[in-house]
Parts: sequence; structure tokens; C-alpha cells
Amino acid sequence: MSLFDHLVVFPVLIPFFVGVVLLFPSLSASLSKQRILTIAANLLMVVVAIALLLKVQHQGIQMYALGDWSAPFGIVLVADAFSALLIALSAILGLTVILYASAGEDKNGAFFHPLIMFQLMGINGAFLTGDAFNLFVFFEVLLIASYSLMIHGGGKQKIQANIHYVFLNLIGSSLFLFALGTLYGTLGTLNFADMADKIPQLSHSEQLITKSGALLLLAVFGLKAAMLPLHFWLPKAYSSTSSPVAALFAIMTKVGIYSIWRIHGVMFGDQAGELANIALPWLWPIALLTIAIGAISVLASQSLRVLCSNLVIVSVGTLLVTISLNSVQASTAGIYYLVHSTIACAAMFLLAGLIQQQRGKAEDRFVTARAMPQSAKLGFVFALLAIGLIGMPPLSGFVGKALILQSVTDTNQMAWIWSLILGAGLISLIALSRAGTSLFWRTSGENTTALQGHPIQYLAIAILVSLLPLMVVFGGPLTDYAQLAAEQLNAGLSLQQLNEVAK
Amino acid sequence: MEVVYSLCVGFMTACGIFLMLRGHTFTLVIGLTLLSYAVNLFLFASGGLTIGAPAVLNGGDNYADPLPQALVLTAIVIGFAMTAFAVILAMRGRADLGNDHVDGEEPIDRLAREDKA
Repeated sequence: MSLFDHLVVFPVLIPFFVGVVLLFPSLSASLSKQRILTIAANLLMVVVAIALLLKVQHQGIQMYALGDWSAPFGIVLVADAFSALLIALSAILGLTVILYASAGEDKNGAFFHPLIMFQLMGINGAFLTGDAFNLFVFFEVLLIASYSLMIHGGGKQKIQANIHYVFLNLIGSSLFLFALGTLYGTLGTLNFADMADKIPQLSHSEQLITKSGALLLLAVFGLKAAMLPLHFWLPKAYSSTSSPVAALFAIMTKVGIYSIWRIHGVMFGDQAGELANIALPWLWPIALLTIAIGAISVLASQSLRVLCSNLVIVSVGTLLVTISLNSVQASTAGIYYLVHSTIACAAMFLLAGLIQQQRGKAEDRFVTARAMPQSAKLGFVFALLAIGLIGMPPLSGFVGKALILQSVTDTNQMAWIWSLILGAGLISLIALSRAGTSLFWRTSGENTTALQGHPIQYLAIAILVSLLPLMVVFGGPLTDYAQLAAEQLNAGLSLQQLNEVAK
Repeated sequence: MEVVYSLCVGFMTACGIFLMLRGHTFTLVIGLTLLSYAVNLFLFASGGLTIGAPAVLNGGDNYADPLPQALVLTAIVIGFAMTAFAVILAMRGRADLGNDHVDGEEPIDRLAREDKA
């Protein structure tokens, strides 16, 4: 076995080991050593993620049986094209967040770097895992890291938002376990591939129980993904934490989306016999309402970070629409849009941090304040990101939305989806232009603070922003890859295939 | 046995949810603890209830499903860690915000105020 055969497990192991090493005395005392080590580790993760992407693209789905115990009894990690893409996304996001935080945000409290590492470990693990119980375990790993990251630095506002966030997620975790117990009771397995095999064979009474378990899972993932009635925690949580953490959280809602995709889109998808597509009647209206409510909240936002949080909710709704359309074409569009919206929202959160820094007491609220020292630079980046987030050409938001709109042209839901997605785009256009004018133009007096953004903060934002045009330039290969991912996702994987992949 | 067991789990869940519906972090923590106990018992039962059957150790024909036991073990460990975090967070919230209401401030009771006036 060469090192290359173990590639699938590296995205979980690297952050874990680095996180542990960072806690050792000589490292935990020196912030500069921590920064160097985490940045190096994240660069390594980007390399690993790209290697994994290429490997999956050329050799098909990869499976890694931990301890060589085969599925369904052993724990397996499965990397298909979709999860490899998301691993790459989280690696890039992790790198930029650490670069940004290294300018000083990590000084506000202890253990910032180890926490980020553990958070990345949880995120990567959740994307890679091949069974439902380990999905729960990795969810908890990423959640407990996120609880501490969110209150990193302390302060009344953070604590208050954190109480809501933590307790809601703890309740969610309990429901998650109830759902898993229910599913295990009828299916006798928690391995994704094995579950998918067994779902069509259930008897009628077992189907009812399985259905309730599956819908309970939808509620749990909906809570993590900020799906409509369960989204109230998000704006407060994301807007009160520090900007690098909020940027990293941009991928956390996507973990929920990913799980809905994997479980309700595939496992309870077309192949599931009588239980086929049980979540769709729920997902469909919820998705549209999520967009609508998100758009209304975007209009009502009073500060840039709240506005950006609400844009996250709109993107969650858009992604749920693509899941509920249940076709390869829609999934392709959804996967492309998922990558775009994560990058754009994360970049906007980082930018909001810089704006907040330079505006002093006014922070990022839409009120008249002193001019910012670097308003030209920030304004330029803001305009670029706004174009991306609204979905105007030439940036990747346009391509993503165009793909989604294109994928529904021959269905009868077209009127609903087109009007809501385009309407939400128009509303974001209005809200973001209002935000831009009040942040950059409604100024009174000269700036007195010499507080300027650190070059490394600009570097972090530049990396993310440059990805948006790159996603358009390399739109062809990227959509091809997204299509491969969607096809693999839609086809699902049976236990037999899974064990064949292992050989 | 199944009926008694399920009634107990159900009662515990109901108590947990009742406590969590109150808006104070103290009752929330107690409610969460009850709920996580109920979850553990529920998971334990998900493999089917058996009497006098060991987990696969002896190699006999009659054995209990070992997987739920492994799941419960993991769930207990995670539950402990999470509850510990929740307790510390509740204490920190109490210290920073001056009360233990989840919203950070006691809601104003309009009726009580009118009575005073």
C-alpha cells in the first residue's frame, strides 16, 4: 500500500493531528508558530483535496475501510465526486479564514487555531463518512468546535447568541439520535449503501416507522441547514460572531444541505420503492418559502453582516429547490451554485470584518459615519462580491443561477421557481446597492483613525474573490465535474458496489 | 417488557421537552439531560430487547445485537461532553447577562405591571 491509497482518510487525519499538536506547550504558547503550522497544514490540505479530486475523477468512487473492517459492519469513508469537491471547498475556505484571522483576530482568546482545525476535521469527516452514525459523530465534532469558535473572544452579544445556537443544536442532536434509532430499528444497519439496499424491501408497517425516522432526519438537517421554520437562529449567530468564524460557518449550512441530498435525495430517492421521494412534498414548498422569507429579511437587514446572513438563507432555499427538483441536471446546477454561494458569502463576511474595523463605532451598520481610510479598495471588492451574490454577469453567481433556471424549463414548476429566484435576485440587488451607498457614500467628516486592513487580510479576500471569475473561466470543466458528481450522487451506491470498489 | 420500556422512554422524553419549553437555561440543561437519557435508552432498545442474552462475546446462538450498545456508548460520551459545555455556557451566560433567561433578559410581564400601577 502506498501513501496514495490512504488519500481518502487524510482530510480527516491532517486537521486532527495538527489540532492536537497545536495544544502541546511550546506551540500553544507561541501564536506565530501556531499560525505557521496551521497555514502549512491548510496548504497541505488544499494539495490533498486536489489530489483527491483528480483521483476520483479518473478512478471513480474511492472507499476507505478504517482498520480494514469491511462495510456494513466496519466504518467506511467514501469519497465520490461531490464529497471530493466539498473537501476542496472546505480546504480553500479554511486556508483563507486562517490567513485572515492571522492578522490579529486569533489573539482575542485562546485556542483559536486548534479549534479551527477540529472544526475542519468535523466538516471533512461529515462530507466523507459512509454511514449515518458517523455522520452524527462528525456533526458533533464540528458543532462543539463551532460552539467555542463562535464565542471566541467573549462579549455579551456573542454569549447571548451562542446560548440560542448551542441549545438549539443540542436539541437537534438528540432528535438526530432518535431518528437514527428509529431507522436502525427497522433497517438493522446505518451504512448508507446498505440502508439504500434495504429500504425497498421493508414491510408495510416497517415503512411507516422508517418514514417517520426519515422525516425526523429531515427536520434535523433542516435545522443545521437553516431551512425555513428552523432558520431563526442563523442571522443572530452569524452576525454576532467574529468575521473569520462567520466566513467558515458559510460552509456549515452546506453540511446540512449535503446530508439532505445524500439521504433524502438519494437513499430515499427514486430507487426506494414505496418510500421513494417521501421528503419531496415537504421540501418543495419549504424551499420556495425559505427563498421568500430570506429575501424579505435581506430587505429588512440593518447591518452588512445580518444582510449577508440572510443571503445565506436565500442560497439555502435555492439549493433546496435544486434538491427537490430531483434530476441530474438540477443537481449539477445545484452543486455549481453551492460552491459559488459558499465562496461568495464567506468573502462577504470577511469583507464585512474589514469594513467594521475601519468604521469604528458605526461598525457595519447602515448609518452615516466617518469615511473609511481604504474605502476605494473596499468599495471595489464590495461591488465585485455584490455582483456575484446577486447573480449578475459576468461572475459565477450568474452562471449558477442560469444553470438552475435552465434545469427547470421543461417542468411545470417553472413559473414558481423562475419568479422566486429572479425576484430574490432583484431584492438582493436593491438591498446590496442600498448597503453599498450607505456604507461607502453616506459619510460625514474626514476619517481620523489610521486603522488600515492588514495585507494578509486582503490576501485572504483576494483568494476568495478571484475564485468567482475563475469559476466562470473554467466553467466548462467545472460543470462537467459537477455533472459527474450529480450522476454519481443520483445513481447511488449499493453495498455490493461499495465492497467491489474496496477491492 | 416492551410496553413498560417504551412508556418509560416516552415519559422521560415528555418531561425533557416540557422542561425545555421553559425559557431558562437551568431548566433547559435539566431538560436536555433528561432528553439525552431518553435518547440513550431509545437507542439501546432499537436493536430489540432481549433477556439473558450477552453481546456476541460467548459465541452462542442467542445473543443481543451489539451494534446499538456501541452506538449508545458513543452517544453517552458525546452527550456528557455536550452537557458539560451547556452547563458552563449557562453559567457564563448567567454571569455576563445577569440572569438565566435564554433571551438574555426577562420578558416584561405586562399584566403584572398594570396591577402595580
